[in-house]
Amino acid sequence: MSPDPSSVRCHVVTGKGGTGKTTVAAALALALAADGRQVLLVETEGRQGIAQLFDTPPLPYEERRVAVTRGGGEVKALAIDVEEALLEYLEMFYNLRRAGRALRRVGAVDFATTIAPGLRDVLLTGKVKEAVTRRRDGRLVYDAVVVDAPPTGRITRFLNVTGEMAGLTRSGPIKTQSDGVMAVLKSPQTAVHLVTLLEDMPVQETADAMAELTAVGLPLGSVVVNMATEPVLPEHDLTRAAEGRLTGADLAPALAAAQLHEVPALADALAAQAVEHARRWAAQDELRDEVEALDRPTVELPLLPGPMDLGALFELAGRLEEHLRSEVAA
Amino acid sequence: MTQTVERSRRPARPAAPPAPEALPLELAELVTDPDTRIVVCCGAGGVGKTTTSAALALAAAEVGRTVVVLTIDPARRLAQSLGLRELDNEPRRVDVPGAEGELHAMMLDMKRTFDDVVVAHSTPERAEQIFENPFYQALSSSFSGTQEYMAMEKLGQLRAGEKWDLIVVDTPPSRSALDFLDAPNRLGRFLDGTMIRLLVAPSRAGFKFASAGFLFFSRIISKILGGQLLRDISSFVAALDTMFGGFRERANATYELLRRPGTWFVVVATPEPDALREASYFVDRLSTEQMPLAGLVLNRTHPPTTTALSATRADGAAEEVLEAGGEGAELVAGALRVHAERMALATREQHLADRFTSAHPEVAVRTVPAAAGDVHDLDGLRGMADALTGPDADTPTAVPRRRILPARRR
Repeated sequence: MSPDPSSVRCHVVTGKGGTGKTTVAAALALALAADGRQVLLVETEGRQGIAQLFDTPPLPYEERRVAVTRGGGEVKALAIDVEEALLEYLEMFYNLRRAGRALRRVGAVDFATTIAPGLRDVLLTGKVKEAVTRRRDGRLVYDAVVVDAPPTGRITRFLNVTGEMAGLTRSGPIKTQSDGVMAVLKSPQTAVHLVTLLEDMPVQETADAMAELTAVGLPLGSVVVNMATEPVLPEHDLTRAAEGRLTGADLAPALAAAQLHEVPALADALAAQAVEHARRWAAQDELRDEVEALDRPTVELPLLPGPMDLGALFELAGRLEEHLRSEVAA
Repeated sequence: MTQTVERSRRPARPAAPPAPEALPLELAELVTDPDTRIVVCCGAGGVGKTTTSAALALAAAEVGRTVVVLTIDPARRLAQSLGLRELDNEPRRVDVPGAEGELHAMMLDMKRTFDDVVVAHSTPERAEQIFENPFYQALSSSFSGTQEYMAMEKLGQLRAGEKWDLIVVDTPPSRSALDFLDAPNRLGRFLDGTMIRLLVAPSRAGFKFASAGFLFFSRIISKILGGQLLRDISSFVAALDTMFGGFRERANATYELLRRPGTWFVVVATPEPDALREASYFVDRLSTEQMPLAGLVLNRTHPPTTTALSATRADGAAEEVLEAGGEGAELVAGALRVHAERMALATREQHLADRFTSAHPEVAVRTVPAAAGDVHDLDGLRGMADALTGPDADTPTAVPRRRILPARRR
């Protein structure tokens, strides 16, 4: 079931909404592009989140370089436009690009993507498959493709949609297309990575998504714990505070010595906050155990101070690179 | 008193105008008002729509209303937080000790709702025929858009039943919050559209439409999708068509329901740029559609327990304490640093909230601290309900609930 980490070329990144999957996908693309490799980062949700992260104008339906990494590596990004993808598809298989434009004018393209709403997902995954398998002069164009995929709630449906479409159309070109896409997505070339936070719902959804993906035979990759924090209180005080055995009286003398005003009230307020901090930390530790019990390779990314910019992305990429290396070594 | 240190980049720069003050959002009034019949919670994924919906429903039930909360969610989160083992397509009563009213919860089963619609509007034989159609099977269980459509359908059913004083709806975890408004109409337009009618029965539509252009188009469609799918769609739509008057009409009817007096939208966001951007879109959209917006719930904020000490001064004091040394110095320094981090976080959150209010000064705001939003059970839900419905001005730190930090101390 576990794909050999070194052979994975199609990295699908999903996660519950709000867990930062776009950021993780972007950092993963940078990590994979180190040492002169070529990586394509694909956006499927039409939100232009990648353009924002890399601080570039909105991406057209075109593979554009968004970052250069050490050793001449490159990350290109692509925001898939469903209409454009359909026109491209028409051209590729039927030489119908001009006719396609005419069809768009009468609203027929919109119609065709609605007639089978799953056609959207077929086109998106089809484009991913095309990028993964694209060759120029006999060589693969991309060393890796990273997909910023739909959230955990829809990921199985999204990846398996070609399978569903294949059930729907027992013959015809969509069927052929679907079979080709499923062959790539279910192969050891693909890994679905799940991004989570150390919070109840994201961890729960990660477990649910893993079960769903496994049930339809989609290969799992790593679990990425995003925005992990370090405790600020000293280790031995954490337990005590978590149990609520920390009060203002413990803090007051030192606060008074530091010449702070209205010490009793301040001490109580600070103690309450320290207790909350310690409890949150204890809850996170429990969730860490739950994540471990999922029994997948796991990597933690720290919560970085300040805005998410290219520098911050490279910092996260460094952690992911280490993780990928240890994965391959294992 | 302490003076905030102001450092301007240029000496001659005029002082920035004070950030506009958000209006208070009094949700207690909203959910207890007998005229409020539907509350729709919407917002980006992962902001706590489901718990907000459940907490509002609980608050209404506690004051004596008969409430149902409708959630559309594959992760069964609501069931977990309500202590129900399962939620199916029927409202289930939640045991709320001490409540004067009733709280019921249900989770939308998309396929079952669609099946019910079919059964309700056709003969058993015809229904059977539809259920067996592969296109129906795919459309009713897996394709995006259907979920939103069926959520609206179910909402319409619940409202028509007149059993409920209040229906609280949690919107689907869509690609974008706006899908909830767009998808039903899109699906309705598609199932009811001229195109599909032409495809289904070009002969019936008359010769004038069956032009060379159209034949060319239908040839392409059948080339791409395969002739067999087209036939399935054709028989499916023909079967549906005869039994009830147009999907679009139904979609429009539920859509109109949302604009009727008695319906209120609550936009939920977390104090993060993406979630607030999504909230902004939604606010604009609701106002264009003339749908009534109650206000913004800013969920998972991090108000400090005291605002008497700024982040900078807390960090300075932590250093001082460590230098002085002595027993427990590390603990006190740690507590001061926890506070410094908290103040910095709260300042960032307040700044984002202010930016939202600058853009939408007419939108009332209620903040819900993260601690209250961490819901596992009924008690947790009650804590969140209190944070949602408590009076604006009544907080331990005297910071009104529409804010995270006091005004003018940024």
